[in-house]
Amino acid sequence: MKPSDPGITWIDEKPLGLAERLYLPLFIQGLATTGRHLVSKKNTVSFPEQRPTIGNPLIYRGVHRLNRDENDRVKCVACFLCATACPAHCIDIVATESPWEDREKYPESFQIDELRCIFCGMCEEACPVDAIELTSLLDLTGKSREEMVFDKEKLLSVYDMTKDAEPMKSADLGGTL
Amino acid sequence: MTGLLPTPETLAALVKIGLLIGGLMTAAAYLVLVERWIAAWVQDRRGPNRVGIPLTKIRLFGLGQPLADGLKIIFKEDFTPSHVDKALYNAAPLVLLTASLAIFAAIPFGSVLPPLNIPGLPDPVPFLVAPGLDVGVLWVFALSSIAIYGVLLGGWASNNKYGFLGGLRSSAQLIAYEIPLGLGLLGVVLSAGSLRLDIIMTKQAETGLWYAFAQPLGFVVFLIASFAEAARLPFDLPEAEQELVGGYHTEYAGIKLLLFLVSEFLHMVTAAFLIVIMFLGGWHFWGITGSTQEVTWLGAFLRFGILSAKIFAVILFFMVVRWSWPRFRFDQLMNLAWKVMLPLGLLNLVVVATVEEFRTILEFTLGTGLAAFFTIGGPWLIFFGGWICAGLLTPSATDNRPIRTPNSFTQTQNLQNSSIKKQSPDLVEV
Repeated sequence: MKPSDPGITWIDEKPLGLAERLYLPLFIQGLATTGRHLVSKKNTVSFPEQRPTIGNPLIYRGVHRLNRDENDRVKCVACFLCATACPAHCIDIVATESPWEDREKYPESFQIDELRCIFCGMCEEACPVDAIELTSLLDLTGKSREEMVFDKEKLLSVYDMTKDAEPMKSADLGGTL
Repeated sequence: MTGLLPTPETLAALVKIGLLIGGLMTAAAYLVLVERWIAAWVQDRRGPNRVGIPLTKIRLFGLGQPLADGLKIIFKEDFTPSHVDKALYNAAPLVLLTASLAIFAAIPFGSVLPPLNIPGLPDPVPFLVAPGLDVGVLWVFALSSIAIYGVLLGGWASNNKYGFLGGLRSSAQLIAYEIPLGLGLLGVVLSAGSLRLDIIMTKQAETGLWYAFAQPLGFVVFLIASFAEAARLPFDLPEAEQELVGGYHTEYAGIKLLLFLVSEFLHMVTAAFLIVIMFLGGWHFWGITGSTQEVTWLGAFLRFGILSAKIFAVILFFMVVRWSWPRFRFDQLMNLAWKVMLPLGLLNLVVVATVEEFRTILEFTLGTGLAAFFTIGGPWLIFFGGWICAGLLTPSATDNRPIRTPNSFTQTQNLQNSSIKKQSPDLVEV
């Protein structure tokens, strides 16, 4: 495009005033800004010893948990909706016939590969019985890949760990109990 | 046999060299930490605060960071690219570091020690590696020019366009800014009547009038030029990361890069030393340190402390300025050097020479008080006048966009179809 092209809108720079031409007033202004920031409150969270504040833990997407019902049984009915919804294919369910009368199936094994998981929350959305939920636990670490594949017991223990701080969302949010 | 034994003077010099190099290297390492802290604080972050005593959980506000940084960079692979000029490539960091360290031979880092009464060692012992060097200032400037060779060699031997551009820029910039630097310095030398830095400090202590107050124009010119000499922002074009990757040290890694970075910090320390010694009174502070050569142990260390505190303050100023001002464009940099700093430096020289010439006559005819009013007030008046003139007369920005003339528009309007004209009716009126 040529500089003379009529498609170009030319915007003239504002002519410099006296303060700008003398450099020093603006220099002092800049130093004042820097000085203000030098002593201002720092926003950094010093992580391990200082925990970040999570706005609403009920909608935070951290480590998964498998909820228990009032009889301490796993709530999951092994319908595979979460595994189907999962974009990362990280949920692996082996279903078997339920020993209880109120449902047909239950998960014999329920594994989530936390390393593959992208924490999108689709499983939580898909679950018809609100059995799988994402907690606000955010510092998920492990020493091996195998350790990061969470099985049913581990997911249930996450529920036991977090049930007081984060009650099941179902009742308030109009879910099925 | 006695001829082979080092004399007490040699021994004293060796002790001083050891202390100075140790101190400077530690200072350079810790200045990196300070620099990172200041950078973090200015950007509302906390900065490095984790590394403390190794193998313990004691953090000490991150004071172990320089050790960790140093170890890390020393143990990195000392990689030499295949396309470089090996000899020059290896020599460049050494030239730079040697020159940067040798500068300190002539820079006093305190006043004098009280008499030690060691036979063979003339008392008092000065805080200076090469005492009585009459060309002290010349030595400093000569070696800081040689240090530029290190940068140039590094850029040239790298055989890399970024490195080469960095070297080119630094040569042009450092040559341009040595002139205002020298002009700012000449005023001080004229006033003090000596090229020895310790005598320049003593002169300021005797009169109690720091040269920053007596020669404000020289001080500002010298300050700005030393920012450029130390290649600090806003004049860090030789290594502008955003444009040149790393500038002259793009191709360097490991310990050679460390040498470059250390000498960069040494440049800043040198600049701070020179600013403090020549313009901010050196070890002098009103009412705390005397001006005589007779000192007690307390006085000697008080002077050393005051000098160090001033130098640290100047370095902090260097670091804060880094985050206050954006980098200059290269043509602006050259404009500033040749069209602003050079005339202002010359003006300062004329003013100082005039004041020094007529000082005795003024003091004789008007009395000391009134004479001081003129010899101090005059330079300040010229400072403000000269600064305003420089600001108003020189173009502060060079607009290198193509010039828009009415002609060029009417020509293209005939060529363009009418639909474009309709879309931008405001342009047609131009």
